[in-house]
Amino acid sequence: MMIEVSNLTKRYAGNTAVSDLSFTVKSGEVVGLLGPNGAGKSTTMRILSCFIPATSGSARVSGLDVFTQADDVRRRIGYMPENNPLHPDMRVREYLRFRARLKGLGRSRTRQRVEAVIAQCGLTDVSKRIIGQLSKGYRQRVGLADALVHEPELIILDEPTIGLDPSQIRVVRQLIKELAQRHTVLISSHILPEVEMTCNRVMIMREGRILAADTPENLEKSMGRSGHIIAEIAAPVEELRACWDQMPEIAHYNIAPAEGEYHRCSLTAAGSEDLRPKIFAAVRQREWKLRELFRLRHSLEDVYIRLTRPESEEESH
Amino acid sequence: MQAYMTLTRRELGSFFYSWIGYVVIAGAVFLTGLSFVILLDKLQGEATQLPITEIFLSLCFWLILLFSSPIITMRLFAMEKYSGTFETLMTAPVSDLSVVLAKFTAALVFYMVLWVPLLACILILGCFSNGSNLMDAGTLGSTYLGIFLLGALYMSIGCFASSLTRNQIVAAMISFAAGLAFFLASYLSDQLAVEKTWQVETLNSICILEQMKDFARGVVDTRYIVFYLTVSAFFLFLTYRVIESRRWK
Repeated sequence: MMIEVSNLTKRYAGNTAVSDLSFTVKSGEVVGLLGPNGAGKSTTMRILSCFIPATSGSARVSGLDVFTQADDVRRRIGYMPENNPLHPDMRVREYLRFRARLKGLGRSRTRQRVEAVIAQCGLTDVSKRIIGQLSKGYRQRVGLADALVHEPELIILDEPTIGLDPSQIRVVRQLIKELAQRHTVLISSHILPEVEMTCNRVMIMREGRILAADTPENLEKSMGRSGHIIAEIAAPVEELRACWDQMPEIAHYNIAPAEGEYHRCSLTAAGSEDLRPKIFAAVRQREWKLRELFRLRHSLEDVYIRLTRPESEEESH
Repeated sequence: MQAYMTLTRRELGSFFYSWIGYVVIAGAVFLTGLSFVILLDKLQGEATQLPITEIFLSLCFWLILLFSSPIITMRLFAMEKYSGTFETLMTAPVSDLSVVLAKFTAALVFYMVLWVPLLACILILGCFSNGSNLMDAGTLGSTYLGIFLLGALYMSIGCFASSLTRNQIVAAMISFAAGLAFFLASYLSDQLAVEKTWQVETLNSICILEQMKDFARGVVDTRYIVFYLTVSAFFLFLTYRVIESRRWK
């Protein structure tokens, strides 16, 4: 077990950031902490990385307690804080070398690892530039390289793609995916596609508690309504109606005109069966033209919005 | 130990990455040079019984000490807290104590760099004067010991001030005020020296003005050394507690 958190509570002067949090992360997992701002994601990560202690409860990283064995835990963790703070006055290679030495790597090991992470994070072209003059995407990669430089078992990234443009996000996301092959990764985000694409388990947090924790697919499934099909077919409305009425698998349907001779049919299955092959067979038998056929998926977004919506419906900021 | 050395080097380097380091050095060199000119002017006029170092220091020492210490120390912790790098620093496997000591060491080493020009001035003076007893290695050594000890005191006060806040200006103000208070207290004891009440006695024992004069004369009093080392250690201990306080806040 890489991370074991049990009954973790953190109170700041009066308000509770994390309350009675318990979860575990297995070795090799990529877990996303998802939640609106102020849900307690950063606090949880700061406690795990031994920056601040918890008010009560315990947290262990690969069997070591984060309060009593902080030094050993820090050696095993690569942590990138929110907003990725760096020394803007240093050059990229120089900074990474400094960080590697600070984390206790020997001289030759430092040289070797710094070159390795520079190559891994695509920093070769900018390795001599001053960090303060780099674009945000490159800075984010420098932060990632720093988190990786001492080959930690666990990598904790707090909002790794915040403030990046779409192409930079894609690059960083790709990097995280590569990391997942060799390390255990804990990512926080309030952007859904982020965790949906990179994580194999998602924990949704709100007000310091975990509301749901499962794989993205299972969370989606828990929303139900998986048998919703959309088909665009070129056929007269009456014939379509007759056809759908014949099929007992279809609970109800709706037909709307699309461009030209096409009609857009949305069909709901009666059972959990996948209707698509049957619809295709029916279309082919009648020699209609079919230009689109897909199953409507409920994105994680629906789960997220449903779970994190405050009871009062009013967002308090 | 490796973390301490790495951090010290980085902190020392950061004085030279930014303009602050060069500005402080330029200011110190200017003041040293100015007092060198004044000193030469004086020496041409009349003979003096005082050691060269004492005349030298009475001119520029206090200005450099009072103004350079807040500027050197203000960014140590305040800037790291402000920019957030404090978090990456404290989540690396380094102890709080080595962070405090590394920053203090870097500040002190940089401060000592400011006093290299003084050495050059004195050497030049030695070369061009015919009296062989003008330059006494012992006096020079004790002067530099005094400069070092007072520097340690002021740098530790600056470290403490910087650890209290995330605003560099506030840190500089606090350490300047504290340093000036120390200076003024000893100035006051100089003025009150005639009476012998316990207040005056207390002030006398922390009279950095007199103590520095002694060092510049070549007098090394172990009481002074102990005084500076313990007070510096005390302020470093306070800094350490402030840094550690995030664990129990």
